[in-house]
Amino acid sequence: MPADTPALAPMRGAGAAQRTRRWLALDNRFLPPLLITCILLTAHLSFGILESYQRTALAIATAIVAELVMGRLTYGTWPHLASAYITGISVGILVRSPFFWPYGLCSLISIASKYVLRFKGRHLWNPSNFGLSAVLFLAPDTVSHLSIQWGNVVAPMVIIWLLGFAITWRVGRLHISLTYVASFLLLSLVRSQITGTPWPATVAPITGPMYQLFVFFMITDPRTTVSDKRWQCVVVFLVAVVEMVLRLNEVIYAPFYALFLVGPPALLIETWRRSRSIPNV
Amino acid sequence: MTRQRLAWAAWAIVLVGSLAAVKALNDSAAGSVRHDAGTAMRFGFALRESARSRGVEFVHQAPTFDAQLAHIMPQVASMGASIAVADFDRDGHDDFYVTNSGEGSVNRLYRNRGDGKFEDVAQAMGVADLNRVDDSRGDAARTFTVRGSGVSMGAVWGDYDNDGYDDLFVYKYGQPELFHNEHGQSFTRVTERAGLPRWSNANSATWFDYDRDGLLDLFIAGYWPDEVDLWHLKTTRIMPESFEYANNGGRKYLLHNRGDGTFEDKTEALGITSHRWTLAVIAADFFGTGYPDLFLANDYGVPELYANRGGKRFEEVGRTAGISTSPKSGMNASLGDVFNDGRLAIYKTNISEPGVLVQGNDLWVPKADAGEGAAEYENLASSLGVDLGGWSWGAQFGDFNNDGTQDIYLVNGYVSAGERSSYWYDFAEIAVGHSAIIGDAKNWPAMRGRSLSGYQRKRVWVNDGAGRFTEVAQAVGANDTFDGRSVAVADLDNRGALDAIVANQKGPLLIYTNTVAPGRHWIQFQLEGAGTRGGSNRSAIGARVEVQWQGKRQVQQVAAASGFSAENQRRVHYGLGTADRVDRVVIRWPSGRTQRIDNPQVDMLHTIREPDAR
Repeated sequence: MPADTPALAPMRGAGAAQRTRRWLALDNRFLPPLLITCILLTAHLSFGILESYQRTALAIATAIVAELVMGRLTYGTWPHLASAYITGISVGILVRSPFFWPYGLCSLISIASKYVLRFKGRHLWNPSNFGLSAVLFLAPDTVSHLSIQWGNVVAPMVIIWLLGFAITWRVGRLHISLTYVASFLLLSLVRSQITGTPWPATVAPITGPMYQLFVFFMITDPRTTVSDKRWQCVVVFLVAVVEMVLRLNEVIYAPFYALFLVGPPALLIETWRRSRSIPNV
Repeated sequence: MTRQRLAWAAWAIVLVGSLAAVKALNDSAAGSVRHDAGTAMRFGFALRESARSRGVEFVHQAPTFDAQLAHIMPQVASMGASIAVADFDRDGHDDFYVTNSGEGSVNRLYRNRGDGKFEDVAQAMGVADLNRVDDSRGDAARTFTVRGSGVSMGAVWGDYDNDGYDDLFVYKYGQPELFHNEHGQSFTRVTERAGLPRWSNANSATWFDYDRDGLLDLFIAGYWPDEVDLWHLKTTRIMPESFEYANNGGRKYLLHNRGDGTFEDKTEALGITSHRWTLAVIAADFFGTGYPDLFLANDYGVPELYANRGGKRFEEVGRTAGISTSPKSGMNASLGDVFNDGRLAIYKTNISEPGVLVQGNDLWVPKADAGEGAAEYENLASSLGVDLGGWSWGAQFGDFNNDGTQDIYLVNGYVSAGERSSYWYDFAEIAVGHSAIIGDAKNWPAMRGRSLSGYQRKRVWVNDGAGRFTEVAQAVGANDTFDGRSVAVADLDNRGALDAIVANQKGPLLIYTNTVAPGRHWIQFQLEGAGTRGGSNRSAIGARVEVQWQGKRQVQQVAAASGFSAENQRRVHYGLGTADRVDRVVIRWPSGRTQRIDNPQVDMLHTIREPDAR
C-alpha cells in the first residue's frame, strides 16, 4: 500500500500521535533509573560524592554484564536492564571503599542473589539490599556505606526528595515511601526519648543521600514487596521498627539489615497464603 | 527446566564464591596475618621505648573549654600534643620542643646533652609558660581578670632572620607566639614586634620561602574560625557545617617576611582564601617550578593544593591535580619518595574504623607522564597497602632499617576512654546530618566516658622497594596504644639510625630508640643556606636532595612542618642497604642553585653550605 494514500493519512497521523504520546509518557520502568541517574549526577557534579567514576562504572558494568549473562543463560531471552542498572548504580553510590573489588563483587552478589535466592518463582531480597548487606557484614575492615551529606545547602536535598516522591507516586509506590519516612521520624523521637540523645541527632541520618536511595529504590522495589497496598505499609513500618531496634543496639547499617531481615519473610508469608488460597485442581 | 536448574546451580556457585571472596579479600587487606613481637630483626630494625631512661618524663594535658561543650569535650579538646625537632643550640645534637595544652601547663624544650639523655630547659630559656587562659589576680578587696592567650597546639622551627639559629614559632588556640633564638642561649619573645595575628585557632603552620628572597615566610592554617574563643562561647553553632564539605573553618595567614623582624599579611593578596578545617600543611615544589607550593590536609573536606605562581600569587589546583576529588578527614601531610624514582608522594591520613567508616589513607603519587610544570596525582595507598591505619593522625616517612627505601611510621587513636563502650554509633549518626544539625554542638550526643577509636595499634610499614609495604609495628616494638597525635623522626644519638618521637594526647611522650641490623650503610646531609641576598634561607628549608647509588636514586626535601603538628630533624637521612658507596648527590637549593657532590663518604653526616653566589 502506498504510503501517501489520502484515506490512510489521518490514521497514520493518529498512530504517530499515539507513538509520540507513548514516547512522552515514558515507560514506567525507565523512571527510577532516570531518577537515580539524576541523583548521582547532581550529587557528584555538585559535591563529588563518589569515591571515583571508575569504581561506580565498575559496579554498573558488573551488574549489567551479570544480568545479561545470567538472564540469557537461564531463560534464553535477553533481560530488561533497568533493574540491573539501578542495582549497579546503587552499589556504585552506596558502597564506600578505597578498594575496587567491593564494587564489582557487591554488584555480582546482588544480581546473583536475584537468580539464586528464589521461592516459587520470586526472588526474595532486593538485589542491592542483599549485596550491600552481605558486603558490609563480611568486609567490615574495607567497606562502609555512603555516609555523607548533600554539601551544606538545603536545595539539592529538597529537590531530590520532591522528585523522588513525584516518581514514586507516578509508579504507584508513594504510600510505601511516605509510610517509611513517617515511621522513621516517629521512631527517631522514641529513640531520642529512650537514649537521651537530642532528637536532631536521631533524625540526622534521614537528611542524607543514603536514605534517599533507600527510600526511593530499595523499599519500593516492586519485585520484592508484597502485593497488597495495606500490607506494603505494614511491612515497611515493620522495617522501620526493626531498624529502630537495631539502632538502639548501635548497629550502624541498621536500615539495610532491617530490610534484609523483614522483606523476605513478608514475601514468603504472602506467597504461602496465596498458594493456600488457590483451590486444588 | 533442566537448563534452568543447571543455570541455578551455576549461579549458586557464583554467589557463594563471591561471598567467600569478599571475606578473603577483606581479611587480606586488613592484614589479618600479623607479625608478632620478637621477630624484629627480621625486618632489619628494632625499636625500644626509652623516654624515661633518657630523662624525658612528660605527659600531655588537654584543655578544658567552655562548659557548653562539656558533653563532647574529649572530641573538641583532642589535639595539642606535638613535637618539633631542631638543633637550637647548634651543638650537633638534635633537641626537641613539645607542647602542652592544659590551662596553666608548661611546654618543654628538651636539650640533647649528647650522652643519650635530655634535660628540660624550657623555663630557663623562656619558652615554657605559654598556656594561659583567664587569670584572676588581686586580693580579697579587688580582683581582676587578665585576659589569657590560649593554649599551645604545636610549634615549628625556622631561622627567620638568617642569623644561623632556628627561631621558634608556637601556634595555638589563642595568640600565636614567636621567639627569637639568642644564639642558643635564650629566647626573646618578639610576637608583637613581628606583627603576628592577635588570635588564631590553628593546628598547623610552616616556614617556607614562597618568593625565594632568601627569607623564611610564615604560613599559619586556622582550624576553628578566629572569632571563636573556645573558653567563652557566644553560641554553640561552632561545629563544622558538614562532615565532608565544611567551609566554615579558620582562615589562613601567609605572612611575608620583610627582613626587618616584621611580617606582613599577604594572604588574600596572594590568593589564599581557604576557610577549610586544616590540620596539616606541607610546603614543597610539587610542580618543578623552583617555587614552593602548599598542600593542605583538611578535616571535613577535600585537601587543597595551592600552586605557587612565581612567588606572585597562589592558585588552588587540587581538583585538576586529581587530589581534591574525594572529601575525607585529612589529618597529616608528609612527603616520601616511595619508589626511589625521584617522585615525591604525599601521604595524607584519614579515618578508618572497621564496620563504620572506611575512608582509607591517601598516598598521592605524581603520575610520571604529567609533563614539566604540571602535576597530576593518583592515589596508590590501597595498591601499596598503606591505606588502613585506624583513626590515623601523624605519619612520617623515614628509612628505619637503612635498606635504601622509605618506610612509614603512623600514630593513631582518637579518644581512649571506656574500654568496652564506644561512641562510634552516635558519632556516625550525627556526622551524616545536615548542616543545621551537625553545625550546632548542642545537637551532638554526649560522649559519657565512651571511647572513639581508642586504644589503637600503631602502624609501621616497611617498604620492600617493589611496590608493597608490610605492617610490622608489633614485631619491631612500636606497641603502645596511646592516643597518638604527632610523630617526628630524628637521629637523636648521631648513630645513623632514625629514632621516632611520639606525642600522645593526654598521654606520655615516647621515644622509640632504633637499633638497625648490622651491615647496613647510610649517609646524612645537614644543609645550610647562604642567608644572603640571592641565596637561600639559612635553614635550607625547601632544598631538594637527590642521592644516587647503585643505579638507584632517592629524593628528599628539607621541610619545616611535616606530618601532623610535627617537625622532623632538619638533616636528611638516607639508608643505603649494603652499598658502601654513593655515586652522586645533587642538591637543588631554594635559591635555585644546583650543587653536585661526587662520591661522598658513607656512614657519616655531611654538613653542606650553599656555595656563594658571587
